[in-house]
Amino acid sequence: MAAKEHVPDHEELALMQRTPAVIAPGHTFESVTDSISSIVLTKRTTIGWFFGFALAFMFLMVLNMTIGKLLLEGIGIWGNNIPVGWAFDIINFVWWIGIGHAGTLISAILLLFRQQWRTSINRFAEAMTLFAVACAAMFPLLHTGRPWLAIYWLFPYPNTMGLWPQFRSPLIWDVFAVSTYGTVSALFWFTGLVPDMATLRDRAQSKAARVIFGMLSLGWRGSARHWQRYEMAYLLLAGISTPLVLSVHSVVSFDFAVSVLPGWHATIFPPYFVAGAIYSGFAMVMTLAIPLRKFYGLEDFITMRHIHNMTKVMLATGMIVAYGYANEAFFAWYSSNAYEAYMMLNRMTGPYAVFYWTLIAINAVMIQLFWFRKIRENIPLLFVLSLLVNVGMWLERFIIIVTSLHRDFLPSSWDMYYPTRWDFAMFTGTIGLFFSLFFLFVRFLPAIAIFEMRTIVPEAKLKQHHG
Amino acid sequence: MSHGPAETPTLYGLMAEFDNPTALVEATTRARLDGYRKMDAFTPIPIHELDEALGLRRTRLPRLVLLGGILGGSAGFSLEYWASTIAYPMNIGARPFNSWPQFIPVTFETTVLGAALTCFIGMWALNKLPMPYHPVFNVPAFDRASQDRFFLCIEATDPRFDSHTTRAFLESLHPVGVSDVAP
Repeated sequence: MAAKEHVPDHEELALMQRTPAVIAPGHTFESVTDSISSIVLTKRTTIGWFFGFALAFMFLMVLNMTIGKLLLEGIGIWGNNIPVGWAFDIINFVWWIGIGHAGTLISAILLLFRQQWRTSINRFAEAMTLFAVACAAMFPLLHTGRPWLAIYWLFPYPNTMGLWPQFRSPLIWDVFAVSTYGTVSALFWFTGLVPDMATLRDRAQSKAARVIFGMLSLGWRGSARHWQRYEMAYLLLAGISTPLVLSVHSVVSFDFAVSVLPGWHATIFPPYFVAGAIYSGFAMVMTLAIPLRKFYGLEDFITMRHIHNMTKVMLATGMIVAYGYANEAFFAWYSSNAYEAYMMLNRMTGPYAVFYWTLIAINAVMIQLFWFRKIRENIPLLFVLSLLVNVGMWLERFIIIVTSLHRDFLPSSWDMYYPTRWDFAMFTGTIGLFFSLFFLFVRFLPAIAIFEMRTIVPEAKLKQHHG
Repeated sequence: MSHGPAETPTLYGLMAEFDNPTALVEATTRARLDGYRKMDAFTPIPIHELDEALGLRRTRLPRLVLLGGILGGSAGFSLEYWASTIAYPMNIGARPFNSWPQFIPVTFETTVLGAALTCFIGMWALNKLPMPYHPVFNVPAFDRASQDRFFLCIEATDPRFDSHTTRAFLESLHPVGVSDVAP
């Protein structure tokens, strides 16, 4: 069989240049392995890493202090009180868990869709998921005030009182959804790491590194029999994670949608929340990817193609979110329900209106910038915009939660909600936890999946035989 | 000093090293056509063509995962049913104890958990990992099996194995090198 060599014509060449490759040309097994593993195996830690880690660690200490204060004095140190019984605790929970969703989307859904560009960003996006879930879990756990008792409030375990959790409550569904999500994400992440641990074991110079990576690699030897089962398990975990990730934010949205509060009781909530989660998650992936590729010289692996694609995903999901806002406003009017109509009016003109219009300005108006190629290629601007998207998504949760609660059905119960300094300390503290973990991850584990990158270099293609 | 007939084998097998995946797949196919069965290939990337070259059967992992999912889901639903209708039934406005639609989200999550745990544990168990020691690690060049080299190991327990003819056969496949694998 003589395979015809296809020579690309002018137009095709131009198209190829407009769409940058998922990996820069000229890479080999050796160069890919070396450039990613050397970040971990080098003896030199950059001063920038120490500076960044120190900053994140400082905020982690703020978190520790806040937790100490919380355990000593109780959740009265927070600003939420009747009628706003939920505030920063659930805002931050939903914000963090939403950010996590992009990691699973990249690692699982894009794998099923055979999107090759996911390869260089899936590892650190999955790490982001794990750390975001850890930050999210802090809030429901600590809002109980006595987290050592939370096990019995949240999980069904046989206790001397013979009591069980209320399985008809979305809050218990949340416990199952989030704990399953955390567990499955960790399994998926670790499975992906094992062949890379073997690479690091075989390349490490120091005995300590060889022993640690040797244990983490589980004795992986790259046997074809192992690879066969491994690939199957990876595909199955991706298939399992796909409905899981969609279920998690749907269940989170049920926390609101199943109640009867104006502004919460809406059937659009599950898809609207899932889209918002992916939107904010991609913004966080962007926030992490831009400095990562810059400071570690990974522009060959996290190329402009990735930046473009992530921006487009943000645009698409952001538009779904904006549609959700329009839908909420439409139904407030169309339902002819006085409470619904007032809720919307209060959002737009009430005491928190400035936050509402800020989130509209970001999530509905600003994202239209992503239509333009010039913007998608301006990396410093994209970094700022992705930070703003996360601000916008945080404000969205603030508006949904606080505006619906602070205007109770009875005007005599109306009140304002003001966060205390401990609310802010706890929130910034979890940001510190997130970035501390991320800095440690980048330093001690391969931030890009080495073996998956090897599969996309030209050498990996089997040569066809003719004749 | 005389050795008994039950002498322990001094060789686990012979290992050929290749510098590209095409050569390895070709060599594996040739070895299989030559009648070798007890062999394995070691690669830094998954190569689907090797499944056929080595004559691997499809893994039974998917069936195990299906079973794990069914078990997880049944366990979740049974727990909810038992807790809500048998262990602590609560009559709230005469609503049914077994309000099964409300039990679906948790059932779904435990299904996923059961399937994922089975997938994770099952894959490592079928692969017999973790295994800290394996004879192939005795080959000094094997360090590169996790980086950029491709290896084919024919084991001494194969009926057709003979240290001289097998070595000559492997040499004929144009490898980078052939080494003995100490047990």
